[in-house]
Amino acid sequence: MPDTFLDSTELVLNMGPQHPSTHGVLRVILKLDGEKILGTDCVIGYLHRGVEKIAENRTYAQFNPYVDRMDYVASVSNGLGYCLAVEKLLNVEAPPRARAVRVILTELNRIASHLLWLGTHALDIGAITPVFYCFREREEALKIFEQYCGARLTTHAFRIGGLQYETYDGFERDVKAFCRMFPPKVDEYEELLTNNRIWEGRLKGVGVLTGDECKEYGVTGPVLRASGVKWDLRKAQPYSGYEQYDFEIPTRENGDTYDRYIVRMQEMRQSVRIMEQAVEAIPAGPILGKVGKVIKPPVGEAYVSIEAPKGELGYYVVSDGSTQPYRVRVRPPSYVNLQALDKMVRGALIADVVAVIGTLDIVLGEVDR
Amino acid sequence: MADEQKPGGSEAPSPPAGEGAKPPAKPAADAAKPAPPKPPPPPKPPATMAATPWDSDLARAVKERFGDGILATSTYLGQDFVVTRPESAVPVLEYLKLDADFDYLVDITAVDWPKRAERFDLVYVVYSFPHSQRIRIKTQIADGFEPRTAVGMHLTANWLEREVFDMFGIRFAGHPDLRRILMPEDWQGYPLRKDYGILQQDVRWVQENLGIESGQ
Repeated sequence: MPDTFLDSTELVLNMGPQHPSTHGVLRVILKLDGEKILGTDCVIGYLHRGVEKIAENRTYAQFNPYVDRMDYVASVSNGLGYCLAVEKLLNVEAPPRARAVRVILTELNRIASHLLWLGTHALDIGAITPVFYCFREREEALKIFEQYCGARLTTHAFRIGGLQYETYDGFERDVKAFCRMFPPKVDEYEELLTNNRIWEGRLKGVGVLTGDECKEYGVTGPVLRASGVKWDLRKAQPYSGYEQYDFEIPTRENGDTYDRYIVRMQEMRQSVRIMEQAVEAIPAGPILGKVGKVIKPPVGEAYVSIEAPKGELGYYVVSDGSTQPYRVRVRPPSYVNLQALDKMVRGALIADVVAVIGTLDIVLGEVDR
Repeated sequence: MADEQKPGGSEAPSPPAGEGAKPPAKPAADAAKPAPPKPPPPPKPPATMAATPWDSDLARAVKERFGDGILATSTYLGQDFVVTRPESAVPVLEYLKLDADFDYLVDITAVDWPKRAERFDLVYVVYSFPHSQRIRIKTQIADGFEPRTAVGMHLTANWLEREVFDMFGIRFAGHPDLRRILMPEDWQGYPLRKDYGILQQDVRWVQENLGIESGQ
């Protein structure tokens, strides 16, 4: 036998861009020793549409629907962030009624986004059942969006200064019904997964990030909170009236994939809590603040960020005093979080890459913009 | 588009025309006024942001530490920012991280002002978890100036700087892996520069890689 018989050589393997577990068109170049990962390089940009360039060539209102196409599973959050940024530049605030409805729809969207995450994440790990459960409840949330604005995914629900539409008859009833129906369903998912031995075995200790590492990489959202950092922009720098509502920030200590699962499950319950409080007391009144027909903010700039389902979503908007933004910069949580992938999978196995991409909850529409 | 241009277009010339017509009429109407021919203040809105000075312990500390490196500490719409000289931006970041707990680099981006000598605004957004405070650090750099990379302090700067390079062509000195990130690696041109038209493409790249005449 030659000496090289049992030698291993490094292998470079392309995962994606067309791979079901990359949740879109993400290409990860893996450097492997056997099945062990020595390093990765993410190739992104396949979905790049030049959203920031488009913004400079549209009016403020015309650009509003485009933001829905970034994180298309949480389009309501995208719209909220953009509207808040332009409102900041205009120095107007949405009226109380609009703020309450915004909170309800945004939290509903957070649940829809987390449900899509849970279903596909479980599917990646090999559990087929949860995705059907999740999509069943997600459908109920999307029905409310559809009733409200006619669209299920790219909703364009908000308008600069307030809401696009008045709520429909029965909106409160539907939201309350959802809030009643949903928590037992979360129990169902947890029954399927939380103490499932295969689930635990695949997730525990995988893709660990400490709190300090999260800060170094700028990682935010549930990933940060699962690493023991109690930080949520809805509490840290409240916007849109979040300070009125009583809710908790779920955190966990281990920073592994399992803890991120637990944090997101608890976040869905907290979202229901917020919705219940908001829907009980939707103030009466106008739905649109004092915003002119032609939106023309004074010369200036503003950076506004919100807690999107995936982390901090920031908009940096620069106005030169004309009807079109001079510059719109989007700080997408998925883009920044994805950067930590390399750190999380080094030394792990290929199957763990699938789990880690799932747990980062990236949306490539937002990564590439 | 044409509809939106109209209100702006008709507004801009109208104030000078209105004021140009008024002064001759005014002396006749009220001759008592002492200085009728005095030209009215220019109707143009100020082209700069109406920011106010930002004064706090932190602003003073930064100024004291960096002296001439700090051009201004201002606040606009309740958001504080520091304007620095190009070479001071990263040292300020460093100082804020090590001595003032600004441990989270939120974003790095740029804005192109092609008519200005220092063409780009380079903008850093930092946040402090302990103080829940957000600051922007802004600096004006000329085309071709290579700012120092921030990767040594904040790992997250890696991709953020790559994107700024990709979109604006700003090279960061000392960056470990300065490649394009969203555009194809051999793409020519920097899309977010103002002189890059919205319909403009790297035609050669499109023809070679997509096998079509034009992407339009």
